[in-house]
Amino acid sequence: MRPRSLVPLIYILFLLLPIYWLVAMSFKTTNEILGGFSLFPQKWTLANYRAIFTDPTWYWGYINSILYVSINTLISLAAALPAAYAFSRYRFLGDKHLFFWLLTNRMAPAAVFALPFFQLYSAVGLFDTHLAVALAHCLFNIPLAVWILEGFMSGVPKELDETAYVDGYSFPRFFATIFLPTIKAGVGVAAFFCFMFSWVELLLAKTLTAVEAKPIAATMTRTASSAGYELGLLAAAGVLTIIPGAIVIYFVRNYIAKGFALGRV
Amino acid sequence: MALELRDVTKTVGAETHIHPTTLALDQGGFNILLGATNAGKSTLIKLMAGLEKPTTGEVWANGENVTSVSPQKREIALVHQFFVNYPHMTVFENIASPLRVKGLAKSEIEARVEEAANLLQLGPMLARRPQELSGGQQQRTALARAIVKDATAIFLDEPLANLDYKLREELREQLPDILAGRGTVVVYATSEPTEALLLGGTTALVHEGRVVQTGPTPATYRAPGSLTAAQVFSDPPINTAPVEKRGEEMWLSDAISWPVFGEAAGLADGRYTVGIRPHHITPYEPSDVSIAFRGPVQITELSGSESVAHFAIAGQTWVSLASGVHAYRVGEAHEFHMIPGQCFYFGPDGSLAAKGRAHG
Repeated sequence: MRPRSLVPLIYILFLLLPIYWLVAMSFKTTNEILGGFSLFPQKWTLANYRAIFTDPTWYWGYINSILYVSINTLISLAAALPAAYAFSRYRFLGDKHLFFWLLTNRMAPAAVFALPFFQLYSAVGLFDTHLAVALAHCLFNIPLAVWILEGFMSGVPKELDETAYVDGYSFPRFFATIFLPTIKAGVGVAAFFCFMFSWVELLLAKTLTAVEAKPIAATMTRTASSAGYELGLLAAAGVLTIIPGAIVIYFVRNYIAKGFALGRV
Repeated sequence: MALELRDVTKTVGAETHIHPTTLALDQGGFNILLGATNAGKSTLIKLMAGLEKPTTGEVWANGENVTSVSPQKREIALVHQFFVNYPHMTVFENIASPLRVKGLAKSEIEARVEEAANLLQLGPMLARRPQELSGGQQQRTALARAIVKDATAIFLDEPLANLDYKLREELREQLPDILAGRGTVVVYATSEPTEALLLGGTTALVHEGRVVQTGPTPATYRAPGSLTAAQVFSDPPINTAPVEKRGEEMWLSDAISWPVFGEAAGLADGRYTVGIRPHHITPYEPSDVSIAFRGPVQITELSGSESVAHFAIAGQTWVSLASGVHAYRVGEAHEFHMIPGQCFYFGPDGSLAAKGRAHG
């Protein structure tokens, strides 16, 4: 092996190290983790995973997270598709300013919005519901989805719309049966980004929930103090948290670069 | 009249895209819109198709005012310059889509798609997707989709412009047969004068948002009504220069003149603009009556079996287009022969004052 091919190899190992350590830990007993340095689990155990799948406070954390992330992705796409179509196809007063302003919403830290959301949702009785978190995450996911989808839609020539109208398609029918299938890669990428950002967001999700809609990440922070350090359990929960993202990214892997460029490649 | 624009204008913001235009288009034969890129051909087509609303004026189809009728309800078809097909559908589904929208029976759809596909030689491609086809086949698919629905009007917006030379010639030859006998209004936009002449029919010359002349295609070519019309309908561009008529002679410069006859003999003395198409200036003596002059050659091109030379004459740069390969030496003066009988003379307002020949 030539020495220079070692460099990327070392880099990849370096990147994978924490993930490997997490996976290895999840199969160890807490005693072994605290006992000292071991590269492989000395005594393999599935007890950590068993605990998560049998304890409602654990597995409901996942269900809650998946629920509000799914609701958020649906709301974001439903709102962003018509908005992105308007931005890509029509010129209207202030369209460019509005389009840019959408993205500036992402520039404030989520902490800024935690307090107003908390107060507002408490007042209207949305506190500690899945919908509360899903709506709060729309704050940054809808603008993002609009940007991504607008890029993909602008890549479709306006002549396609005209041809469909002349062929007799009504607008809704054209949108659903011709336009959406044409930009389905963009919809997939937008859905992935909504999913990802909602899945990893912790601050708003934690602030707006207590018991009923508590996300998995919040559950994980609590466990550290309950019965000493249940590090193995925590590692297993961590592994299970990575898996949904890994599954989703597999489906959009071919379009992800275009998505990061907000559809503008 | 099957399709009419009545005093139609189109302005977008402060820009005028179409100046007041009245245009009547017939069924059968090609209605050609000829003009340079951005002249307004596509806008005219969109106005006729209902894809854009005229700012003022009315659109009439078969005796009905259809100005505010949506394109979906107009029973029309459209083929763009770019090969526009539905990418996620097969060729069959693409061609069938206008019929499916109408809700026709499955057996009828299959029969009509098959007929259209055979006419456009797409039979073996029906199960493929558009992006698996060549450019020519993609445009054939778009054409098949346009003819399958028995539209009252078919709009072709530079349909051959993005095809390579050979496919373009092939499809251009077939187009009249494909569209013949359908009883539809065929509107064909092109930026190539040669294409208009090959397709025949009637031609409307479009220039900067105005229709400057309409008429049967060959007659429009032979008798441009104005300098603008002559410029639109000439490829390469028509040669022009100021001339002065004094008695029996037309003077291009102090040294170059020719006797005027035909219509031009009746012109009053004075200043005119002469227009002469490049292929009426040749490096050899033509069979028609001609006059000779010399000018230094600036640029030469060889396109296929035609020789093009740009040369300086009387303060102008003129172009000669001659069949056959001719050896020019750039920078040297060559002798050129011009046929005065093929000249057009335009008055100070740009309208045609007289032709150099007697009639026709």
